[in-house]
Amino acid sequence: MTGQELRALILSTLALAAAAALPALGSSYWLTMGVTIAMYTVLATSWALFSGPTHYISLATAAFFGVGTYTTAIGIELLPYWTLLPIAAALGAVMAALVGFATLRLSGVYFVIFTLGLAEFVRQIITWVQNLTGQKGLYVLTDLTEKHIYWQLLGLAALVYLAGWLIARSRLGFALRIIGDDEEVARHVGIDTALAKIVLFMVPGAVAAVAGAMLAPRYIYIEPSLAFTPMLSFQVVIMALLGGTGRLWGAVVGVIPFTLLWEAISASFPNQTTLLLGVAFLVIVYLLPRGFVGLLEDARRRLGGGGW
Amino acid sequence: MRRRTLAKGMLAAAALGLSLASAQAAEPLKIGAVGPKTGPLAGGAAVTFWPNVKLWAHDVNARGGINVGGEMRPVEIIEYDDQTNPGETIKAVQRLATQDGADFILAPYGTGFNIAAAPLFDRFGYPMVTHTAITDQTEELAAKFPDMFFTLGGAQGLVGSVVDILNELRDAGRIGNKVAMVNVADAFGIEMAEVARPLLKEAGYELVYDSSYPLGTQDLSPIVKGAKAAGPDAFLAWSYPPDTFGLTEQAMIEDLPVKVYYTAVGTAFPAFGAKFGKAAEGVLGAGGVHADGERFKEYAARHEAVTGAKPDYWASAMVYSSFQILEQAIEAVGSTDRAAVAKYIHENEFDTVIGKIRFDENNSNPAYWTVGQWQGGVFKGVRSTGREGAVPVRLKEGWK
Amino acid sequence: MDILITGLLLGGTYALIAMGLNLQYGMARIMNLANGEMLVAGGFAAFWLYNAGQVSPLLTVFLVAPLAFALNWLIYRVMLLPLVRRAKSRGQLEVDSILATFGLSFVAVGLMLMAFGGDYFSYSYLARPVSFLGDTYALNRMVAFLAAVVICGALYLWLERSRAGMSIRAIAVAPESARLVGIDVPRLAAIAFALGGAVTAAGGALISSFLTLDASTGVVFTLKALIIVIMGGVGDVRGTIVAALLLGVMETFVAALIDPGLTLAAAYLLFILILLFRPQGLFGQRTT
Repeated sequence: MTGQELRALILSTLALAAAAALPALGSSYWLTMGVTIAMYTVLATSWALFSGPTHYISLATAAFFGVGTYTTAIGIELLPYWTLLPIAAALGAVMAALVGFATLRLSGVYFVIFTLGLAEFVRQIITWVQNLTGQKGLYVLTDLTEKHIYWQLLGLAALVYLAGWLIARSRLGFALRIIGDDEEVARHVGIDTALAKIVLFMVPGAVAAVAGAMLAPRYIYIEPSLAFTPMLSFQVVIMALLGGTGRLWGAVVGVIPFTLLWEAISASFPNQTTLLLGVAFLVIVYLLPRGFVGLLEDARRRLGGGGW
Repeated sequence: MRRRTLAKGMLAAAALGLSLASAQAAEPLKIGAVGPKTGPLAGGAAVTFWPNVKLWAHDVNARGGINVGGEMRPVEIIEYDDQTNPGETIKAVQRLATQDGADFILAPYGTGFNIAAAPLFDRFGYPMVTHTAITDQTEELAAKFPDMFFTLGGAQGLVGSVVDILNELRDAGRIGNKVAMVNVADAFGIEMAEVARPLLKEAGYELVYDSSYPLGTQDLSPIVKGAKAAGPDAFLAWSYPPDTFGLTEQAMIEDLPVKVYYTAVGTAFPAFGAKFGKAAEGVLGAGGVHADGERFKEYAARHEAVTGAKPDYWASAMVYSSFQILEQAIEAVGSTDRAAVAKYIHENEFDTVIGKIRFDENNSNPAYWTVGQWQGGVFKGVRSTGREGAVPVRLKEGWK
Repeated sequence: MDILITGLLLGGTYALIAMGLNLQYGMARIMNLANGEMLVAGGFAAFWLYNAGQVSPLLTVFLVAPLAFALNWLIYRVMLLPLVRRAKSRGQLEVDSILATFGLSFVAVGLMLMAFGGDYFSYSYLARPVSFLGDTYALNRMVAFLAAVVICGALYLWLERSRAGMSIRAIAVAPESARLVGIDVPRLAAIAFALGGAVTAAGGALISSFLTLDASTGVVFTLKALIIVIMGGVGDVRGTIVAALLLGVMETFVAALIDPGLTLAAAYLLFILILLFRPQGLFGQRTT
């Protein structure tokens, strides 16, 4: 472990500890914001782990998230809550592996559309099964409060960062960097590009499913249209890109300002929320094409050029 | 010179203080309102929920406000769009409670959203008088959230009345016993169909067609054709607004020869009558009101005058009534003590635009409208679980 | 037979929904996620004119199409051309256009909410039965189908026969080479994009006579259109028509013979299968 890595580790541990202390502030409003931020941090970071190096835009977040939500909703009657999280992770990972196996040979845009269709497909199937078995919306009545959900999400975030860090140091990370630069070259040096991509795609799949499973007790009433909302997939993509996908910490740099901006708009302009969110979106796309990471790095370079 | 300015400043400050004091005398009650302005449920909320929020605030403020312990306090509505996303509903209620310091919060729109928001209402001690939540789980919910009230009824009541109508007509020899039933494959439609199947079977009906379709189906003609081919006497659809319109249009085109035609949510919308005109005559649907009652007529006239749109013939009046319950409870208690207001709601009877409401031991309003029918261009209540003003059911006589 | 015709009618509706996006995505290379909002706007114009002055939606089409053309041309020139210029690769442009048009769809929904409110809009136009080969069908769906035939036929002929049409096809296949042979790529791409918008809005005006819409429903149509365009093969008019009809027939078939609850699931399954076995779409050419 180099000195720089050690420093990064200490810094992230401190940041995590600070974040974990949020409930101690006693403001339930900020706790709610914290849950939202933690949720999107988890989703966007794991999304960027896959999409950053491979340049594939996945819109399947909602599909995995919904599967996780339903794991809790169905399983809560039968099993203790804590066992449901690994089950959700396994389901998400298996599903991601299947999807990856089927589609990662496709070129970019087909993958985008496929993942978008996937969420709808899973939702239709679940709805149909519900109809067949006569189940309606499911109730998840637990004693978990916002605080517990927040800490769980933070724990998951720590795992995601750890996974990202490990992947970057592993053979897989090395292979992915080559794939990201030039897939042809990667193939020629004997890297199984399809396998590498599939393995990597299982990370956001499992993480999104666990996040869904963790949030089910917050929504209490689960129905397909709520669990599989396509909006979620888009929000995750936007936040990750706003931050920048080149760095592990990029996503969180996007999530925090975006969540606060979203909150400010929803709070101040209830009648024009959608309109202003759209405008904010456009501003981001046009003025920050490389995300906040790009902005920060530009700034650093400019300062560096200024004779530091 | 300097002193003069100072004195002047002090005078101004005193004046400001005075005006503050008088403003304080009429400090508005902050009322939160959360519902969808965008997303899949926005269309329904734009008919049923938002206009009533506006109307109620208008009515209360025109009266001078709510009488809180002898002080007339106007209401100030703080609205948030939940974008048909329960996560946003939770954030908005949270924001209302902790940032905006709302004195009271109106219940959100839609079953799932009410249930998602219930823990927050419960934690902050807001009484929650729901108006658009349809559930049979009132007992469990009321046990977990003691100040959550239910007004619109549950699937048992809504479906029971439909079967009751069929029984009446069959026993009078006016229809046979073949029933075609379809449902939208979404929580509401599934629950209704699930309740209906055993009830119909028990009453000895033959279910000649039983099918579901996904939310957002764009062509419902195969369903109507399938139902028609089965030769039913009655057609029941547990449907949502867009498919209520779509099914009825297809039924009209196919000239579906049934004596009883029922579509669920959306049939009570004024737009339904406006779109189908004479073909709507005799169509049964979920809901209904005492449409000929003075109370409702007067409410509908005000609704149209203030919001520019007609209320629907079901949940609109219930939404308004739920606000009235809150208003009357605040006035009776004479303070904004939320626990006291909730207690008052538990224990007393309220006089609202739909009539008298008193909650039972499961926090439910036992007397609600269940089925209505388009008769003479008006959607009139034909069945309820204890409301006055129901009119007799008519048969559906063709589509012309 | 009955199922087939009902399915074809539905397919016609789908063709109306998807054809505009095919022009925008296939020819102008903009994956336009705000496409559905243009459709709803067209539908709203038809609704409003019908209620205000009993103007037939068939006439509204001729008013809506030029307006939508102008609006979409502006959108392309002002908003999307900078993205096209900035993009280093096709992938980059795809990402940028997805994000930009997603934002645009929000703006469009917001504007429509402000202008019309969130209420459902629905009216009755030609909701009459017509008999055809012994069965009855809705006249408004028949009319929309015929309009779809006219619009798609005209587009096909225009793209195949006219000089401008051929140039547009050229930029769809190889924008770089098109530039070399002296084709004004930005201008033609703008025209293709604008034309796509006009077709979508016209389709919206037509389908509003039998579908209930509201300001937020656009995204449903965008998704459907995307699926059809990808199934048919990006940039291929024939492919889109065939895919739309296929989807319509299949959904009706599943609804009538298997279970109406599975129609949408079956549609997605078909889509996924086509992607797996023919990723370039039914008629698309392999790009790599």
